[in-house]
Amino acid sequence: MEKIPILRMGPFLLVTIQVDLYDRLALTLESDLVQMVNKTGARGVLIDISAVAIVDSFMGRIIGNIASMSKILDAETVVVGMQPAVAITLIELGLPLKGVYTALNVERGMDLLKLKIQGSADHEEEEDDEDSAIYSE
Amino acid sequence: MHSKTFTILQKKKNQILELWLNNQLADEGLREDLISNQDLRASSEELVDVLVSSASDDNLENPESSDFDPVLEILAGVSMTRARQGFSPRETGLFVLGLKEALLTVLQEEMSDSPAELYTESLKISRLLDSFSIVTFETFIKGREDVILRQTDEIAEISTPVIRVWDGILALPIIGTLDSARTQVVMENLLQEIVETGSSIAILDISGVPAVDSLVAQHLIKTVSATRLMGAECIISGIRPEIAQTIVHLGIDLSSIITKATLASALRYAFSSLNLEVKKAIREKVSIR
Repeated sequence: MEKIPILRMGPFLLVTIQVDLYDRLALTLESDLVQMVNKTGARGVLIDISAVAIVDSFMGRIIGNIASMSKILDAETVVVGMQPAVAITLIELGLPLKGVYTALNVERGMDLLKLKIQGSADHEEEEDDEDSAIYSE
Repeated sequence: MHSKTFTILQKKKNQILELWLNNQLADEGLREDLISNQDLRASSEELVDVLVSSASDDNLENPESSDFDPVLEILAGVSMTRARQGFSPRETGLFVLGLKEALLTVLQEEMSDSPAELYTESLKISRLLDSFSIVTFETFIKGREDVILRQTDEIAEISTPVIRVWDGILALPIIGTLDSARTQVVMENLLQEIVETGSSIAILDISGVPAVDSLVAQHLIKTVSATRLMGAECIISGIRPEIAQTIVHLGIDLSSIITKATLASALRYAFSSLNLEVKKAIREKVSIR
């Protein structure tokens, strides 16, 4: 049976959806992912849906479910690379995916996850300032 | 044997034209700024020519006859151009009705000896010219509608620019009313631009939106949520005091959205969340002397 691979990257799990997500596959992914979070004790889940062109309400719900389940298992979920059409569809379906973090691409998603677990691990520590720039008039 | 009206039409063509032109020129509503006398004469002459040549004994009584198609074509052309040039309906109507006036005057002169005949012939001419004026009006209004449609398209096209104000910051000033169709365009443009530029902050400036009702607010919330799904942050700026009042009175909840009063403060927020700093450069004054 077809399966979506779940990759482990340090404390995070990386899922890249490259095929059309039909209902059974989505349900399998959901249970696999939760099992995997439990087994590895992952702190974050990153789902890349940049190759997904079509979504329905079911898939929107599955993503929401994954986020809620991971949250219970103390892992944050970030969905990255959503296509404009997909975003519009989800909004029109009334699924704003509350509780799911989003980022433009995998790189930024990883940064966001690092920030999140860093924030929860040590509240006092200040954020990196590497991005700062100075604009002079 | 031709009917009398037809003969008169043929014979008195020039007189009719002159009378008609005088009618038009005498009218105080003549728009010399929009159409020159030569143009007016040319189009009048053409119309009278075609009218006389396409009229015959049989079709004078039948305005629907296909013999009049060339006349209708010219009338349609004239009223279409007039609609575009900005003539008023009254001025366009007088153009055709002036011709009727001229025709009736000539008929009256020619048939003053037989009132009964004059009556029937006048009736025919009136009917014919009335149907012409209806056609003129239809095309005139169609011309105006075309103008309106074109303007609507233009407004829709120019009114949703996505501006890249800084590296990673997009701004989208919305001017005019937000309806569903426009929201769709705005949303698509914005999301596309976010993907292309990899921006993480979008500022939606609504200072140009005249009124915000619950529907418009709904559209705004949709746009903001879609932007969030893409992984970017959306700030709404340019909220005027009246609009803030309306939003609260309508009970619309915007608490989940970052709102700023002006574009400047939205930009300041965007800079700080991108860890950017705007500073005034301290420049030492160098005197040459």
